[in-house]
Amino acid sequence: MAVSARAPIAVADSGHVERARRRTTVRRRAGRAGLYLIAVCAALVAALPFIWGTITAFKRDADLYNSENNPFMFNLDPTGEHVSFLFDGTSFLTFAANTLWVGLLVVAITLAVGLPAAYSLARLNMRWSGALGISIFFVYLVPPTLLFISLTRVVAITGLQDSTWSLVLIYPTITIPVSMWLLMGFLKAVPRDLEEQAMVDGYSRLGAFTRIVVPLALPGIVAVVVFAFTLTAHEFIYALAFISPSDAKTISIGVPTELIRGDVFFWQSLQAAAILVAVPIAFAFNLLLERFITGFTMGAVKG
Amino acid sequence: MSVSEPPGLRGRATLADREGFLAPIFLLPAVVYIIALVAIPLLLAIAFAFSDVTVGDPSFEWVGLRNFDAIFDDPVFWRSLRNTLVFTVISMALTIVLAKALAMILIANFRFKWLIRFLVLLPWTTPIALAAVAWLWMLDSVYSPIDWVLRSLGFIESNVYWLGKDELAMASVIAVHTWRIVPLAAVIILAGLISIPDDIKDAAEIDGAGFWRKLFEVTVPLTLPVIAVATLFGAVLTFTDMSVVYILTRGGPENATQVLPSYAYLKGIGSGDLAQGAAIALFLFPLLLAAAIAILRSVKKMETF
Repeated sequence: MAVSARAPIAVADSGHVERARRRTTVRRRAGRAGLYLIAVCAALVAALPFIWGTITAFKRDADLYNSENNPFMFNLDPTGEHVSFLFDGTSFLTFAANTLWVGLLVVAITLAVGLPAAYSLARLNMRWSGALGISIFFVYLVPPTLLFISLTRVVAITGLQDSTWSLVLIYPTITIPVSMWLLMGFLKAVPRDLEEQAMVDGYSRLGAFTRIVVPLALPGIVAVVVFAFTLTAHEFIYALAFISPSDAKTISIGVPTELIRGDVFFWQSLQAAAILVAVPIAFAFNLLLERFITGFTMGAVKG
Repeated sequence: MSVSEPPGLRGRATLADREGFLAPIFLLPAVVYIIALVAIPLLLAIAFAFSDVTVGDPSFEWVGLRNFDAIFDDPVFWRSLRNTLVFTVISMALTIVLAKALAMILIANFRFKWLIRFLVLLPWTTPIALAAVAWLWMLDSVYSPIDWVLRSLGFIESNVYWLGKDELAMASVIAVHTWRIVPLAAVIILAGLISIPDDIKDAAEIDGAGFWRKLFEVTVPLTLPVIAVATLFGAVLTFTDMSVVYILTRGGPENATQVLPSYAYLKGIGSGDLAQGAAIALFLFPLLLAAAIAILRSVKKMETF
């Protein structure tokens, strides 16, 4: 298309075409420069707290707590002692282990419950499946801030208060609806023909689902695993309401409540913790961003 | 269940084949989970608002509108309600403009795009509590680097105390929320931009439409529903959140940044009055319903393309 459009112009290479082209080139270059400028500014605004946090993490107390010092430079030699304090002197590793443990269990429950449900809505013929799909999506809009008070009672009645199991029980209410929506998108993307062929070859409907559809949707399922895990790592309100002993806390509540004690702020260690968690999650997200977009858009497509 | 499964196993095969049987069975666990731990707690929350349940005395007794009488007499409740509305409207307005601009950066091709994208998405991908901790330090009363820059440039004599004055604290909370929501909204809009058919873009290009004409006559009208969805989504995540307020200001100074969720937490968990906390949180419901209806409408509009 682009080649065929350009060819006739090259033939009719008269003066004013040349000038017009130069004018567009100038305008393009100005546009590019503007784009770079805006992109760099946006990146700086977005990342500034993290950039400063990284510098802070390695600063000595004498350097950090001197309001005349340039905050963006090391006025004294950098030190790693506050980062090691995060690992040796605080429960950060326990918080991290709790976050991982809760996250993995919740992801497992989410897939076990969400995958068949998504398949049912995406592929199997059923009345109301369209309406059910939309309502599942809206469950995601029911916020934890509306439910945490009554769920506090539910958790107390089940005896799971102050235990990470309370989060394992409650977090799937956040992850299942979103994951189902994403999974519906990925399952719809698997060609129906393959499934029907498998059934012609002697698989049952169930067999076609587990042997053909699930393996083909695997890249999407991986994306859902990452998405659901990060949702659990992000959660704050339930964890704050359900859990008070520090050895059951997750990163999300452990870092802001245990590393800030009254008026004492462990600023360098706090910033180190924020960066150590933020960077790996951001990497995983960036790797899978296109897949997330595909899943969310496909979820809305009629199967 | 192997490749060589003979079609002779009719008994199992028919059950595993019948969609009328499989469809509800597959759906059942998810529906049970949602009903047990979302729908019932939601009804329970409504019931709590009309009861005298506390953390210390969880026995349920109906008290009618007593909790609502109490919160209507409470000036902090009205302040929280107003703050929640102000907060949502301002951050929505900022999000529309900034997210649209950011989406256009994300869709463009240039060198180091991955790095820009990585940095730009950080506010959204970072757990909100940790992002708020990073901002707490950015806005520190003594060591804020923003103050340092302003002082060095001679704009201010002494520190600003971002979180210590009513309006500034509110502005700070709104800014942090907007900072966090814009990347998410931008990604949703990006999904909408990608779905604009190439021939429409090509046609506009061939017609010689400039940047602004293309923006206002092609991309904006075509992506308007998706922009609406992105903004509403951001709004819901903003006005139902309490972590930013909780970590940055705890609702202070003197309830200047108190919002409904944080006040519900303060009353319900902080002072243990679950009933009153539930009554306060209940006022999020009309806002949510309005947002949900608006989202549905925008989605319907999108489907007509």
